[in-house]
Amino acid sequence: MPTAAPAIRLDRVSRHYTMGGTSVRAVDELSLSVANNEFLALLGSSGSGKSTLLNLIAGLDRLTSGSIFAHGQDIASLSSLELARYRSKTIGMIFQSFNLLPRMTLEENIELPLRLAEVDRAERPARVREALERVRLTHRLGHRPTELSGGEQQRVAIARALVNRPKILLADEPTGNLDSATGEAILNLLRELRSQLGMTIVMVTHERPLAEAFADRLAIMGDGKLLRTTSLKGLPQ
Amino acid sequence: MKPRDLTDLALRNLRESILRNALTTLGVAVGVASLVAMLSLGVGLQQLAAKRLSESGLFDTILVTPKNAFRGMGRPQREPDSGKPPRVLDDDARKELEKLPNVIEVYPQVRFFTEVRFNNKPYATVVAGMPDSSRNSGSFDGMQGKFFSSTTANEAILQIEFAKDLSEKTSSLIGQDLVLRYAERQSLPSASSNAHPSANPPDTSGGGFSVVAKELRLKIVGIVETEPAAGYGGYGNARLLMPLLTASTLRAAQVNDLRDIVRDSNSGKTTYASLSVRAKSPSQVEALETSIKKMGFNAFSLLDASKSLRTFFTVFDSLLGIFGCLALAVATLGIVNTLVMAILERRREIGVLKALGAADSDVQQLFFIEAGVMGFFGGIFGVLLGWLLGRVVTFGTNVYLQRQNLNPIELSSVPLWLVASALIFAILVSLAAGLYPASRAAKLNPVDALRYE
Ligand SMILES: Nc1ncnc2c1ncn2[C@@H]1O[C@H](COP(=O)(O)OP(=O)(O)OP(=O)(O)O)[C@@H](O)[C@H]1O
Ligand SMILES: [Mg+2]
Repeated sequence: MPTAAPAIRLDRVSRHYTMGGTSVRAVDELSLSVANNEFLALLGSSGSGKSTLLNLIAGLDRLTSGSIFAHGQDIASLSSLELARYRSKTIGMIFQSFNLLPRMTLEENIELPLRLAEVDRAERPARVREALERVRLTHRLGHRPTELSGGEQQRVAIARALVNRPKILLADEPTGNLDSATGEAILNLLRELRSQLGMTIVMVTHERPLAEAFADRLAIMGDGKLLRTTSLKGLPQ
Repeated sequence: MKPRDLTDLALRNLRESILRNALTTLGVAVGVASLVAMLSLGVGLQQLAAKRLSESGLFDTILVTPKNAFRGMGRPQREPDSGKPPRVLDDDARKELEKLPNVIEVYPQVRFFTEVRFNNKPYATVVAGMPDSSRNSGSFDGMQGKFFSSTTANEAILQIEFAKDLSEKTSSLIGQDLVLRYAERQSLPSASSNAHPSANPPDTSGGGFSVVAKELRLKIVGIVETEPAAGYGGYGNARLLMPLLTASTLRAAQVNDLRDIVRDSNSGKTTYASLSVRAKSPSQVEALETSIKKMGFNAFSLLDASKSLRTFFTVFDSLLGIFGCLALAVATLGIVNTLVMAILERRREIGVLKALGAADSDVQQLFFIEAGVMGFFGGIFGVLLGWLLGRVVTFGTNVYLQRQNLNPIELSSVPLWLVASALIFAILVSLAAGLYPASRAAKLNPVDALRYE
């Protein structure tokens, strides 16, 4: 276990949904710490609450009880505007379905977080270019996302997630829509970026072999609870 | 987000579904257009009516009479509460009236029934003196020939019906002469009458007069189709018009002379049975009337009639406005509909925006601006369209009027305030229409929006 101050600390986190009288405990009294610069893979059967947990960390969803600290900041205490700022500055997110905006070009997609973070106009083109270089995609910038392959789209999504230099990258099944070779390439890229930028990565995945090959630690969830964690490489690099 | 980025994104969103947004904008435009067309028609008709009415002199003229003028009708000769004799309407009073603010002209009424000879044939008609201010009143717009060359010219303008009596080819009359045969009053104490240099009408001092037959040669300078009026009691049925001063010098026995005979006057000055005071505009009539009454005269105007006319137009305009607003309301629903549809369609996009750090207010403003932009363009096109509509209606009306041999009129009027307020109104209404969709979009739960494909 890492000794330094954790990047993310979950303390008896619960998220319950009430639907027509019955209550679903999507996340149930879960405690977990993610070290700075760690690559954590979150595994578990479908419906075990992985995505819900990720959304809670991202500040997209509100806790039912417990607390989450991200770099010492208590997420639950933030106002909705502060949460937006937190997502903009501290968090980067990528998804299984890439979630690029189909009506914008690749460049515009990547510029979007800069607009939202109110980054100076003059500074933006360089930042976009830098992000694109990091994911090794410097051509076809004027194209629309649908004109690209899945792997290319995910790389654009990663560039978009990185462009504001977040401290934490949250990935919800980033390889779910990709063939295994492309998936491996993406995970290689994520590891590389993690080292370059000093990010902490929490990745939800169904593919245990991939997780074992690339992550520092596995966290296995079941029924909203943390079943166990398995450290693969001791301390993160 | 910064305003510029917000507008950028809003505009690009609008461009992406250009057809739907253009149709929505067109809906707003049609709504604004009907509002503008209705109001411009209302304003135009009102201006037209106001112009015609002020031309008629009915609403800007005050009839001034001495307090005892109606004694013949059974009124007491003196005010019961005042010991002084009522004030006489003489030249001093006339000058005083002329000095009142906003008075264009003060003139007596000269109007008499007499015989006219043309080509040695006699015709009986009513002759009226026209004050010089009637030149610009619009009554003589579109006349054949010219207005009187001077205020004392021996010239006549004929009413078209009378002209037709004189000759079948009316235009040939202009330039010809006719002879006016009239009865001149001469005061019985002859000294006072002849010594009077003034050419002023009604009664001279003295107890009575004799009547002498006279003739005056007049040159026909014009023929007028409309029936010119200059105040009530004016020239309603007059078919031969001549300059007021010329008519005054005739000192013809007037229609109202019977009343004047019994009047006694001890001032030795010209006094009038009545004077017409013409105000610059109908709106000044009320104040003028009050000051004239303070001078000690009776004052009478058709102000109440003009007031009720204004009320009518207020109601008329609001009715037109309500119909226009209804059209705009329907267009507004179009905006609400389009934006709500856009939210459903852009659910995921909104979710992504929020995941990338968009605040609720960013999303709200985005939709709000989209509504405002549609309102802005809808407003511009609407004003243009409404103006065009007004033109078309005016054009159509004038084609019809021309067929009927009538003068063209300006039916619709689009003043600048109407343009500006229609534009502002369209934007405000669109923003109001955007309120609900925008807040709905802002409240959208990003987790739900991102969950399913
Ligand atoms: N908005 C919601 N309302 C009601 N129940 C919900 C809601 N969101 C999630 N749940 C429930 O919470 C549980 C956890 O859902 P979650 O999406 O976190 O699972 P997951 O581990 O990501 O599953 P998968 O691997 O299929 O993506 C599920 O049972 C789900 O039905
Ligand atoms: Mg999931």
